[in-house]
Amino acid sequence: MPAQDPLVRNHNFKEVTTGYTPEMAVEEARRCLNCKTKPCVEGCPVNVHIPEFIHLITEEKFEEAFQKITETNSLPAVCGRVCPQESQCEARCVRGKKGEAVAIGRLERFVADWHREHASRPPEKAVTNGHKVAIIGSGPSGLSCAADLAKAGYDVTIFEAFHTGGGVLVYGIPEFRLPKAIVSDEINNLRAMGVNLQTDMVIGRILSVDELLEDLNFDAVYIGSGAGLPSFMGIEGEDLIGVYSANEYLTRSNLMKAYNMEYATPIRKSRAVAVVGGGNVAMDAARTAKRLGAEKVYIVYRRSFAEMPARKEEVEHAQEEQIEFLNLENPVRIIGDERGQVKGMEVIKMKLGEPDSSGRRRPVAIPGSNYELDVDTVIVAIGTTPNPLLKKTTEGLETDRWGCIYTKDNGATSREGVFAGGDAVTGAATVILAMGAGKTAAASIDAYIRHKKAALSRTEI
Amino acid sequence: MFLIMSKRRLNDAVTMMEIEAPLIARKARAGQFIIFRLDEFGERVPLTIADSDAERGSVTIIFQAVGKATQLLSQKEAGDFILDFVGPLGKPSELEGYKHACVIGGGVGNAIAYPSAKELHNNGAIVDIIAGFRSKDIVILEDEMKAVCDHLYITTDDGTYGEKGFVTDKLKSLIDAGNHYDLVIAIGPVPMMKFVSKVTEQYHIKTLVSLNPIMIDGTGMCGGCRVKVGGKTRFACVDGPEFDGHEVDFDELMLRNAFYKDQEKAEYEETCRIGRGPAKVTGKE
Repeated sequence: MPAQDPLVRNHNFKEVTTGYTPEMAVEEARRCLNCKTKPCVEGCPVNVHIPEFIHLITEEKFEEAFQKITETNSLPAVCGRVCPQESQCEARCVRGKKGEAVAIGRLERFVADWHREHASRPPEKAVTNGHKVAIIGSGPSGLSCAADLAKAGYDVTIFEAFHTGGGVLVYGIPEFRLPKAIVSDEINNLRAMGVNLQTDMVIGRILSVDELLEDLNFDAVYIGSGAGLPSFMGIEGEDLIGVYSANEYLTRSNLMKAYNMEYATPIRKSRAVAVVGGGNVAMDAARTAKRLGAEKVYIVYRRSFAEMPARKEEVEHAQEEQIEFLNLENPVRIIGDERGQVKGMEVIKMKLGEPDSSGRRRPVAIPGSNYELDVDTVIVAIGTTPNPLLKKTTEGLETDRWGCIYTKDNGATSREGVFAGGDAVTGAATVILAMGAGKTAAASIDAYIRHKKAALSRTEI
Repeated sequence: MFLIMSKRRLNDAVTMMEIEAPLIARKARAGQFIIFRLDEFGERVPLTIADSDAERGSVTIIFQAVGKATQLLSQKEAGDFILDFVGPLGKPSELEGYKHACVIGGGVGNAIAYPSAKELHNNGAIVDIIAGFRSKDIVILEDEMKAVCDHLYITTDDGTYGEKGFVTDKLKSLIDAGNHYDLVIAIGPVPMMKFVSKVTEQYHIKTLVSLNPIMIDGTGMCGGCRVKVGGKTRFACVDGPEFDGHEVDFDELMLRNAFYKDQEKAEYEETCRIGRGPAKVTGKE
């Protein structure tokens, strides 16, 4: 797929990859063998009808292909860009066994982009069924739950704490990987379908879950509030000036557009940056720091490349953009100057020991291998957990010891009429898994409300 | 969009505004705050809720124009709109069960201390207020404070109004005169809160301070507002903003608040030039 030159793009926030042309898309689509068993579909958490939409591309029926995808996936322009296809649909592709898998993600993206540029009519509004559902959080899981419920005729209101809808799609994933215009288009589509998005609404403070159900007469509530609470390492020097959580750094840059001088929110002008962690968030933070002008950007990760949870493509992009990887190294403390500013980070080298309970080889420190890394900024990207606000303000909402909301397989929580999904339930995971959870919950909410209605009409007789 | 219902200048730099926000007004309690964003290009800035009226559906904010965002907000008039207004955020103060409280405000901090004094007063406590200002011309809210306390003591650094001296001097003299406070609340500049806490520590009086670290989201998702309390890292936006003054690391808070000092100074100066002669068009208005 065409992409901006690495040494040009690491100074701008424009999208890295420019996408397929129609000719390239058709050519790639022809590689699909249209297998009877369709293993790719099983690999997709929302079971997109993959061979069918790809076949439509070979016939240059791009709009029909779009309709085929959106039967099960409401955010194809997003998923085509940010899904880790190598471990999902493309991992199961028969062609991948010998040679390269069909580029399903890129084809999905092409179709969604083509639709965005050429579509003439807005999505249709379903006939209302008179029932109201409240959705807390406008991230991927809330959006996909809202889309399915709106299609089924529900009157859906999404409550978002931030001033812009999209959740991690707007505050977390950078512009150069997912242009914000695409996210806002997807949200406008939902609006056209009748979904009401209310921003600046921190549920748990301005309104409680109980008030939504009792006072505002919502028939059901879906919690898709994500896992936004950042973890810190708990090492010396973490409160020095120049130490950020990845959430803060990315929120400043992505949501508040601190990279653009026209916007007022400041962000540190760094010379050398250490990003601690090995996931997508770490890659995003490192590549953002480079684009904001840092001369040196290091990824400090305690395991080896093989264990890195980040998408393969993002790791490769980061390497091309001259991000330096310090694998099998771990921070010991952050060092400050007399003004409380970061001036370095002490790091210790690691080696891989015996496999732990998760099956991954546990990293073990090599005594005496400490050295000081010359950095003026440290970004901590070692994970997030669910925000405890809803748990604290909703009586009877059970969570596990990490604060993840407990649900049954259908997304029902311990509270009647309250459903949950996405990172709020699983802890930090992927966009597409959150979307899958939103879909599952939408079906359960539909069943729950129908059942309640049926029970009501029986008692009325 | 949120309507500015009324506006009043309290002194040259401090403005009071009533914002139409009925849902927030219904829930707001003393000690909580809001975050506003003036326009598309603006920052998210926290301000303590100075008052709220559920019937009018209004939330009152009182702020000093110290940076670009507050400077631009102060130029808005009644009838104008604020793009975003989020709240109520933070934990409400727990102000029940006290017999004799001393509420201390420094400068614009008096506006933030005022709702706590009001609530303590409504809960039946004897309330003394020590309101400290640099000089006479910046004294604010005198009548409002008088109405919610038993004794109001105004101090000015230069002695141009009330008693000359710092709030800490007045507090010491009140304690030494035999006032038995079971709670002190101190809200104002960080050094003032630090020194009040040092005084009350000697007398073993429970002391609450309201911290003002840098914030972005205000909902606990970034940790930009982290402060050290009792040796532990806490997020002021969800664990506070009120904390035990004897446990707060004020020196670290002062350092962290200087994070973007250079950038803010440059922007503030640019904002101040707006409307002063040959205006530089910034495209941000």
